Amino acid sequence: MTLLPFSERIDSHPTRRVAGFAVGPGRALPFGTTLVPGGVSFALFSNRASAMTLVLFRRGDREPMAELPFPADFRVGGVFAMTVYGLDTEMIEYGYRATGPAEPDRLDRFDPDRVLSDPYANAIGGREEWGVPVDLTAPYPYRAQIAFDDYDWEGDSPPNLPSHELVIYETHVRGFTRHPSSEVTEPGTFAGLVDKIPYLKELGVNCVELMPIFEFDECENTHVDPATGDQLLNFWGYSTVGFFAPKASYAATGRYGMQVDEFKHLVKHLHRAGIEVLLDVVFNHTAEGNEQGPTVSFRGLDNSTYYMLTPNGDYYNFSGTGNTFNCNNPVVRGFVLDCLRHWVVEYHVDGFRFDLASILGRAQDGTPLANPPVIESMAYDPVLRDCKLIAEAWDAGGLYQVGSFPDYCRWSEWNGKYRDAVRSFLKGDTGVVGELAARLSGSPDLYGRRGPSASINFVTAHDGFTLHDLVSYNHKHNDNNGEDNRDGDSDNRSWNCGTEGPTDDADIIALRASQARNALLILLFSHGIPMLLSGDEVGRTQHGNNNAYCHDDEVSWFDWRLVARNADLLRFTRTLIAFRHAHPALRRPSHPLGQTVTGPLPEISWHGVRAWQPDWSGHGHLLGVMCYQRTDAGDDCVYFAVNAHWEGHELELPALPYDWRWHLVADTAAPSPADVHEAGREPELTDQHTVHIGPRASIGLVARGPGTLLGPADN
Amino acid sequence: MEFHATLHVEGASANIRLVGELDSAAAPRLNELITQAAEQEVSRLVLLMSELSYMSSAGLRCIVMAHQKLGSDVDIVLVGTTPPVAETIKLTGLHRGVIMQDPAETR
Repeated sequence: MTLLPFSERIDSHPTRRVAGFAVGPGRALPFGTTLVPGGVSFALFSNRASAMTLVLFRRGDREPMAELPFPADFRVGGVFAMTVYGLDTEMIEYGYRATGPAEPDRLDRFDPDRVLSDPYANAIGGREEWGVPVDLTAPYPYRAQIAFDDYDWEGDSPPNLPSHELVIYETHVRGFTRHPSSEVTEPGTFAGLVDKIPYLKELGVNCVELMPIFEFDECENTHVDPATGDQLLNFWGYSTVGFFAPKASYAATGRYGMQVDEFKHLVKHLHRAGIEVLLDVVFNHTAEGNEQGPTVSFRGLDNSTYYMLTPNGDYYNFSGTGNTFNCNNPVVRGFVLDCLRHWVVEYHVDGFRFDLASILGRAQDGTPLANPPVIESMAYDPVLRDCKLIAEAWDAGGLYQVGSFPDYCRWSEWNGKYRDAVRSFLKGDTGVVGELAARLSGSPDLYGRRGPSASINFVTAHDGFTLHDLVSYNHKHNDNNGEDNRDGDSDNRSWNCGTEGPTDDADIIALRASQARNALLILLFSHGIPMLLSGDEVGRTQHGNNNAYCHDDEVSWFDWRLVARNADLLRFTRTLIAFRHAHPALRRPSHPLGQTVTGPLPEISWHGVRAWQPDWSGHGHLLGVMCYQRTDAGDDCVYFAVNAHWEGHELELPALPYDWRWHLVADTAAPSPADVHEAGREPELTDQHTVHIGPRASIGLVARGPGTLLGPADN
Repeated sequence: MEFHATLHVEGASANIRLVGELDSAAAPRLNELITQAAEQEVSRLVLLMSELSYMSSAGLRCIVMAHQKLGSDVDIVLVGTTPPVAETIKLTGLHRGVIMQDPAETR
């Protein structure tokens, strides 16, 4: 068989000239740019536009080098498509001018004076240097570019870990290595994160969740730090400018236009270390804000398609940021799916966490839907089949769907109720023990149908106090955010252990250390998927700031000196993560039952000061849990108890059959290094009947013995 | 600046001297020389880069292309790479199987 060279396709030649460029009809699908023999096909959707012009710039030039109106016959339905020949894709940037009825009261906001960015641009120019503001008066500040999509993956295959095996580590690309103490060659970048993979590996996490890495403009913040007078930034980046583009300034090579390759390099190396990559994605709103915000792209292309609008054309604001992305419009739904597929196919990412995901469940008029098309589409999408889909199951419009997010047996949720219950229990609230039991067993009351993997358990996340601050502050201290401490959540369920903030009081310091360990022990012994906030393992502080979105400084950065300074806390965390990985009784794919199933013990059982007698009363502050799982490798039996009472107790332990004995894994009341014992070196308890649990302390035990719990060893 | 590239095969070594700017327009010409080199029985490919004033993303891809065309048992040696290019190659992982050398180290 003779293969016809691609360049000899009969449609690979220009058919006419526009503005001096050889052009031909483009490919209406896929949207965005497609490299074709000899040229680039540009395709863009706008239902209401009457005319469209492709605007070409030399890379970095303020003014365009050419404007190419789309010939009328280069249009298929609402899609404008044109192939331009002879372009050097590396040397150009492109945008569009859209003409249409500019009648805001009829929902349109066309403005042909503005050059609009391509929603599908796979790279954005103009944001290569972090913290350098764009000139918003320029004709085209956020500039679509064409990035090469070829890459040598070296046979990369995603780890595809079962959800119940995950230990998630939530981090920020810049914050993780920006601090000078990180000692990486390229601080604050994807490449810097590559240098820290050995640290993640040693910590034992097998999944990183990256706060937004889609291109955003950190300079959009208008607030000023009242203490320093410095302009604050949008450090977190929950405000997308380019949904298909990795943030250029997160790449050390972004200034050479190589951010696409550098991010792929990061994913490849994380996968090689057995670590999955989840992206925190923001589809609830865009960086265009409300009527006052900048017109970047969507607003000028098809305002009423992309945004939820009131009948008189105002922007609904369920996101708290000015606009609401109209995700259940069929066109926008297609955009969202195209975007997610792009990150899976092109970048091999393993899943997504959706910011304010409840907005994705709202109809075009904001009404919550029982069967939201966009959420259903993601759940059944063939490309996304193996991806983790995690909802932040609430929004800023009052929808709170923890346990009731439309899930299709596919979605997991950030379990806000887990966070709240664990925090309340730890600070000594009454009436929490019953709920705590549900949370520790994977929240079967919320996720009975889906299993414990639907529950992303966390005590802290980027949004709120760090773990150190949770045990050091009663109140938020956000004065440096420039909003008179009004921003950030006031319901933190935190306790400062006796004094607000830093102290020299040894007792308070010791209590805080114990409280932080209590939280980590609860998190790592709970059913469900634990998520750690980056830096909590070394006691990172934000000095009481619980909304550090705007700080590109030591408030937000991971201070790597803490690794040595708080090596004992790091050791505690690392050892318990390893313990979790070693004990299937803690990470079951289905909820544990309170009865015997495969062996002599119930899969989960509850205990109090007396074994088998939990105290469910409103005054209770103590709970003991025994988890049991029989596997091919033998019996796995773990006991842990958490005591939020200000007094210690002698706990009666559940008796073990045959010659099995309890061994001590962790005791948060014991000073380091006795607070935790490495796997296989857990000391046997001398008293097998009772164990002391300190005031506001936790203990973890593991059962060991000859043979199985069904009977003594045969030999 | 115009791009020039010349190939000389000396025994088991294929040497390509690069002059000027290696961008999208120039990359196919370098790929062609690499294909020619791959047709010879060589155990290493030397790219003499010290006269290269610029190397774009498309140019950097030629290195991966060389690796794929010549196979993993052929050493690819970059001589005289400028610091920004060397850094970009390293940070994007294009340095796999690539040996960087100072011009002084070569004969």
